[in-house]
Amino acid sequence: MAKGVKPRVKVPKKAAAGDVITIKALISHKMESGQRKGKDGNLIPRSIINRFTCAFNGENVIDVQLEPAISTNPYFQFEAIVPEAGEFQFAWHDDDGSVYETKKKIKIA
Amino acid sequence: MTLTRRDVLVLGSGAFVSASIMAMPAFASVVDDKIKELTGGASVTEGDLDLSAPEIAENGNTVPVEVSAEGATSITIFAAGNPTPDVATFHFGPLNPSQTAATRIRLAKTQDVVAIAKMKDGSFRRASAIVKVTIGGCGG
Repeated sequence: MAKGVKPRVKVPKKAAAGDVITIKALISHKMESGQRKGKDGNLIPRSIINRFTCAFNGENVIDVQLEPAISTNPYFQFEAIVPEAGEFQFAWHDDDGSVYETKKKIKIA
Repeated sequence: MTLTRRDVLVLGSGAFVSASIMAMPAFASVVDDKIKELTGGASVTEGDLDLSAPEIAENGNTVPVEVSAEGATSITIFAAGNPTPDVATFHFGPLNPSQTAATRIRLAKTQDVVAIAKMKDGSFRRASAIVKVTIGGCGG
């Protein structure tokens, strides 16, 4: 597992049923592209997050495939419909096989 | 025939110009190949896809881009002048109302950013934007 990885997600606490909300998701990750050279002149091996998914109560909202051209601390902003009260599940898949997960509950106002 | 210093300079600059002209289509064709691979040779039309990117990006390490295509199932972004042109692919699920997504990308130099959207009916849309990059974002 890479060091200093911390997911941060912004989801409104409540929404009306059927409302469209905006979600912002950021994870701190160095996203080493595999193109840079270290001090010894050798290439630093690639180490990135290659997939990000967001689902609401198990139903897919967005599924992103990431390549090395995504910036350090990958950030995504997108929209989602909230049909009912429930939970947003976020997952980031690292090149080294680890998966970073976080969840956010939302209430119906 | 003896080569003067001036002749050599003229020849040299000519060679440089032709080399850089040769290099330009090479980059474009890599992206074209990628797009063909994605679409399976289907025709790609303009319109119905918005790609917003800054005209000038001071720092190529984080360039904000936003794509939006009503009725798309997925949108793929390519950066034509990067060492590897793939940037990201967004797959939209049933709970995504507007098929809009924003992220931040790395650009090595001034180049075209191309987005390809796959629509629900199986057709493809294309949009592109030129981004001027002051400091490249791929290390050295």
